[in-house]
Amino acid sequence: MNAPLSCSEGKGYLMVHTLVNFHIFPLSHRKKLTERSEASTQVSEFSVNAEGEGEKVKLSDLLGKMEKTPKNLNKTKKQLKDLEKKSDTLELPLSRQEKEKIQREVAYVKTSTEVSRWESVVTQNRNAEQLVFPLIQEPSGPKRIEQVVSGWKAQTPLEQEIFSLLHCNLQPTHDPVLTPVEEASLKAMSLEEAKIRRAELQKARALQSYYEAKAKRERKIKSKKYHKVQSKAKRKEFLKKFEDLCKTDPQAALEEFKKMELLRMEERMSLKHQNSGKWAKSKVIMGKYDLVARKAMQEQLEMNKDLTQKLVVPSEDEEQEQEEPKALPDFVNDPEPVGDPANPWMRGQLSAEALGPEVSHEVERPTEQFPERKEEEEEEEPENEEEALLREFEQKRRLRQSEDKGFEPVVSEEQEEFKNLFNRLVEPVILETGEEQGDEGLEEGLVRIHSLDDTELLANDHEASLVEPVPSDTSNMEASACPPSKNSKKVKVIDPSEVLTKQAKVIKVPHAPMMVEDEEVRNEQTTIIKEAFAGDDVVSDFLKDKRKLEEDSMPKVVDLTLPGWGEWGGVGLKPSRFKRRKFRIKPAPLPPRKDQKLPAVIISEKRNAALAAHQVCQLPFPFTKPEQFERTICSPVGNTWNTHNVMRKLTAPKVVTQMGAIIEPIAKDDFIKDKNPSKPQPNLQLTKDSSLAKTAPPGHKRRKK
Amino acid sequence: SISIQVRINQSSSLSSSIIHVLFSVPRNYDPTLHPFEVPREYTRALNATKLERVFAKPFVGSLDGHRDGINCMAKHSKSLSILLSGSCDGELKLWDLPKRKCVRTIQAHDGFVRGICSRFCGTSFFTVGDDKTVKKWNMETPGYGEREEPLSTILGKAMFTGIDHHQKDATFATCGQTVDIWDEQRSSPVRSFSWGVDSFSCVRYNPVETELLASCASDRSIVLYDMREATPLKKVVMKLRSNTLCWNPMEAYFFTCSNEDYNLYTYDMRRLNAPVTVHMDHVSAVLDLDYSPTGREFVSASFDKTIRIFRKDGGHSREVYHTKRMQHVICVKWSADNKYILSGSDEMNIRLWKANASEKLGLLSPREKEAHNYNQKLKEKFQHHPQLRRIARHRHLPRDIYKQRRELKEMLGSRRRKEKNVIKHSKPGSVPVVAERQKHVVNVE
Repeated sequence: MNAPLSCSEGKGYLMVHTLVNFHIFPLSHRKKLTERSEASTQVSEFSVNAEGEGEKVKLSDLLGKMEKTPKNLNKTKKQLKDLEKKSDTLELPLSRQEKEKIQREVAYVKTSTEVSRWESVVTQNRNAEQLVFPLIQEPSGPKRIEQVVSGWKAQTPLEQEIFSLLHCNLQPTHDPVLTPVEEASLKAMSLEEAKIRRAELQKARALQSYYEAKAKRERKIKSKKYHKVQSKAKRKEFLKKFEDLCKTDPQAALEEFKKMELLRMEERMSLKHQNSGKWAKSKVIMGKYDLVARKAMQEQLEMNKDLTQKLVVPSEDEEQEQEEPKALPDFVNDPEPVGDPANPWMRGQLSAEALGPEVSHEVERPTEQFPERKEEEEEEEPENEEEALLREFEQKRRLRQSEDKGFEPVVSEEQEEFKNLFNRLVEPVILETGEEQGDEGLEEGLVRIHSLDDTELLANDHEASLVEPVPSDTSNMEASACPPSKNSKKVKVIDPSEVLTKQAKVIKVPHAPMMVEDEEVRNEQTTIIKEAFAGDDVVSDFLKDKRKLEEDSMPKVVDLTLPGWGEWGGVGLKPSRFKRRKFRIKPAPLPPRKDQKLPAVIISEKRNAALAAHQVCQLPFPFTKPEQFERTICSPVGNTWNTHNVMRKLTAPKVVTQMGAIIEPIAKDDFIKDKNPSKPQPNLQLTKDSSLAKTAPPGHKRRKK
Repeated sequence: SISIQVRINQSSSLSSSIIHVLFSVPRNYDPTLHPFEVPREYTRALNATKLERVFAKPFVGSLDGHRDGINCMAKHSKSLSILLSGSCDGELKLWDLPKRKCVRTIQAHDGFVRGICSRFCGTSFFTVGDDKTVKKWNMETPGYGEREEPLSTILGKAMFTGIDHHQKDATFATCGQTVDIWDEQRSSPVRSFSWGVDSFSCVRYNPVETELLASCASDRSIVLYDMREATPLKKVVMKLRSNTLCWNPMEAYFFTCSNEDYNLYTYDMRRLNAPVTVHMDHVSAVLDLDYSPTGREFVSASFDKTIRIFRKDGGHSREVYHTKRMQHVICVKWSADNKYILSGSDEMNIRLWKANASEKLGLLSPREKEAHNYNQKLKEKFQHHPQLRRIARHRHLPRDIYKQRRELKEMLGSRRRKEKNVIKHSKPGSVPVVAERQKHVVNVE
């Protein structure tokens, strides 16, 4: 009974087993155990005496005893009855073949899902514009020491100390290796970008130094008259401006005025023109003898008067200063951010731009005010140029920054134009990426090609074949020949005139030195020509020709009457009119000629066989519209029409292999992300590399757009 | 590795740009000054195509020395210059390809050498033969006075017909009456698969999903296995027997088999009920094939004395190689640098071919490379133009193969015509239209 049973053998057995256990034990308690004196094979372990040996205990036998045990009786009875009712046999275990079949099915599904993980890599590789083999390239040049000597450990205490120090700073242990920070910095900017930025900075610095030098030079000019004239002019101009402002924008003028007032108040409070300074005192002393000094004193007093008056235009120098445009953007003078002082490329952004007018360079403000006023006047013109340049830089910078941040940059018109141009260049390439080619196989024959002449011959007999309508082996050709029917749904015929007949633009280049002809000479020539072609009427000839062509191309009436057929025939007898009418076939009129309304033109609508040899008669596979195909054909690739770089990009091969490099099969570890990595990777450098490899297969080189 | 690659690319572009700066004359690119761009480029493309055909000389050289037909070949897994070949008299030769010389000869087996494979590390190789043995050999030539002896020999119960080594582990697989997986350290197979077939002709490990195997059996079937499973995975029965198969080294789930019915079939492992592509062009049984290491093309060797190169998704071949003296080609390999093709044939020669018939060998100067790229691009651009296509697709064929081909074409044509007629003259829908791809698979289990 305790023989191992498979679970599929049904619950029946188990149930009987438990039941027997349950109900037999109480029996054994009451009955005396019978003694066994002989060895028997059929002894129950529960020491039920098998009286009729070889007989099975029937369920009905047990039932009689059960009546005395009231607990669960009904339930068990029911169960037993159910069991007895069930007469069907238990299911057999599956045969080996079937079991294996299931196993196979399961295993196949498992492996095919596993293999399907490659799908993305495969499609990526198929669509890649360029694949460089071997996919994973070993670094050339000397290897790092840890690659060569693996498993080396720092042993002496000094070494250990050094290594711990290096590790805590994330410092690489060998000098060719960059720190993570440095690597990040390398990634932060491309070489070209960095170059551009550097050039800009250089230019800005140079401009600043010019500006400073200039300011210095002007400040050193000692001529008072010069400065005076300067300041006066400036003041005049300012007044003029202010008046204008009053007219155009009274609100702004009012504000300006308030500002002026404030400044005047400050001036008054500073007690500057009270004739109490050193200079004023000396002038007072000198005034007795010197007319000039007296005059100066007078002026000073006047100034004082002006200032102390309540509503007078105050001195303008401060305003002037406000108006003075910034010579340099602040970023030039800004200290570099502290984060990474060693690396200028690490500055991901410029210092904050101060757009307000209140910030100006205080360094240059001289203590004296008059001279400065004069300076400003003179600076204005040249400054503007520099300024414009600097501003442009700044704008560019801002633009770039916004691009970095992912904002839509403000694209100038020029750039737009360029982009369009570039797109036009790139488009055909994109179109051509579909690799499928007319897969018609080779044209194998008995002719060998030894020289260029042979190829010419090949081309010639191809032409011949084109001229005589030999049905080719492919069904495609047939389809192209007959008008588009229902079955041939995707066959589109290109108008041969559309392909390969791009209209060339007329160049206006002077050919040779132009001759200035005399009237006489010209007249002479015309007369000569007239004489020579005196008898010809070219125009009427042309018209005649045209009419003739038209007549020729007109479909002709076919007469199929057979005289004497079905009636009497002979000399002088004509077929009946009815017959003539019946057997005369009028063809349908042709569509109107294209040159119908053009009197001076003959347009031949016949297919030119000589040209047809060079024309595509059927739209090739990846293209869906003739226009697409035409566009790819019309955009030139060569360096006659493209700059060197563009040409190199356009002609980049799809597959690049290295000479003498073994191309290993694609490796699982490098391309497929393992969901539960079995081994923790020990080296920081390694993990980094592998993670990179996972994100983008290194064999790919994608074209920037 | 990425950054390094980028650096390499930058340096190469830098050098070429320097060259450009040095040698180029500044010029005006105004399109009005350079008219007729399409006709001019068309002419260039035409010339490039013609030159390509003129320079198409694919045969590089032959290695002779065997005294019987070549039955199998193997590439060295770490060196491009070493080739192993086994012949029908049990002789095995190691070749130095640059010098085109035999460097070592071993009498490896009694009877045929049925299969050779190099260990993944390239230090040793295995051979199987008709004498029921698997032998492991050292790749290095024994020193002076030492005898040429195998490192180890395993005596099997039955004849072996093929062998392949695992990509990374010390296990290999053989086929014969069963497909067996062996541990290198043991003399009995770790696992053996059989599925109602008594003889297999070829077994190949998947180079990408390295635990997968596929085999060709004599009951016209291809069986897939997973080394980790107890039972085979799947079986496809085709109309005729497949001789060999090869996995695509870049696309894990594709394999191609060479069939007795003159065709090759590329299958997706996950959808075996019909091949993905049927490659037709041979006019006799296809005996062997090998994928290019880039996984874009493969080369096939046939009983019709030709080698053909197919694109992996092309129904027809892009190239056919033959010589007067080459007989039935039994084995073929594509070199690991994607440049050469090696074929071993009945008449005891191994031939070395260029994978691209008109390619210039050796180093190219940057300008040459650029010109080459430009020409390739032009050819691609104008490939649909009839004249170009005619020239580009022209190949010479020996007369008897040409005749056979014509005959076969007629046969196939008449069959197709009949099918069409049957469809035409029966009740619409009663005769199904069967695609060519659907015709070759009998059963999938």
